[in-house]
Amino acid sequence: MSRLVVAWLATLMLLGATVHFATAQSSKAVSETTVHDVAAQLRCVVCQNLSVADSPSEMASQMRAIIRERLAAGESPADVQRYFVDRYGEWILLSPPRRGFNLLVWLLPLVAVVVGLAVTAALVWRWSHRPRAARAMPVVDPAMSERIRRELERES
Amino acid sequence: MKRLWRWLIPLAAVPVLALLAYGFRVSPRDIPSPLVGRPAPAFTLATLGGAPLDLAAYRGKVVVVNFWASWCYPACYEEAPVLERNWRGYRDRGVVVMGVGIQDKREAAEKFVGDLGLTFPVAQDLKGTVSVDYGVYGVPETFFVDRQGRIRLKHVGAVTDEVFQTTVDRLLAEAPAQ
Repeated sequence: MSRLVVAWLATLMLLGATVHFATAQSSKAVSETTVHDVAAQLRCVVCQNLSVADSPSEMASQMRAIIRERLAAGESPADVQRYFVDRYGEWILLSPPRRGFNLLVWLLPLVAVVVGLAVTAALVWRWSHRPRAARAMPVVDPAMSERIRRELERES
Repeated sequence: MKRLWRWLIPLAAVPVLALLAYGFRVSPRDIPSPLVGRPAPAFTLATLGGAPLDLAAYRGKVVVVNFWASWCYPACYEEAPVLERNWRGYRDRGVVVMGVGIQDKREAAEKFVGDLGLTFPVAQDLKGTVSVDYGVYGVPETFFVDRQGRIRLKHVGAVTDEVFQTTVDRLLAEAPAQ
């Protein structure tokens, strides 16, 4: 009797170990940080200007589940991103890839800053280097200054 | 020199204004789908009645895949009768209409189908995998699949009789799949 129980227990444990081994094999452990990192690159499709990582919408949570599943199946974060780009186009990426026409988006702000600094510097230089004549004191009519002097004396 | 500057500054604003004018006229929802012209992603779902709904089983027919939700008011409620009407009109000519409900509770989906009297197969995409495979970003969205199984048109918003009939007629006129 007791031998039967032991045999049963041993079988059960073996089964359990196999199942555990199988699940560990088929699904790689996926860190939530990786899921978050991939999701943060993707635009939530039902809300404007939110990432899949930040959106509380059901669609975004389903997308996070898909990201998790694909990573668990052994795909790299780049593979997962490509999967979404294949379906939604580059529109799904929150930051456009730095190539081709998209480079304008990355370069124009820099160009604007440089141009702005140059214009400011030019203006400052011009204001601080005015021609001497412009800075000379206005000439006051001697009769007028005489009158002002007299009136001031009368006041005091 | 001074004259030139006086003109240059307002002129610099022109490209910016042109860009803004263009940007504000374009709908942010009008995004070209990279899937048009490519094979329709395969899926197998269960209909609300419990029967399997496998896209591959309809190869050789013109398939209209409609993504909808019961909470999508009014567009989904407007187009459901259009889909039903055209499904009845075209089903004998090698056309299949199918509905894929997304982000819905089962009861809500059943109520929608019952209230609108839909008779074409309707399934629920509970995990969202099919909608992401099709690059769906809102409802309603409708995909017209030709007899070779390629997506030929993605229609965003409620389907009208005109869109349905011109697209399906064009796809039916093409040579059938070998």
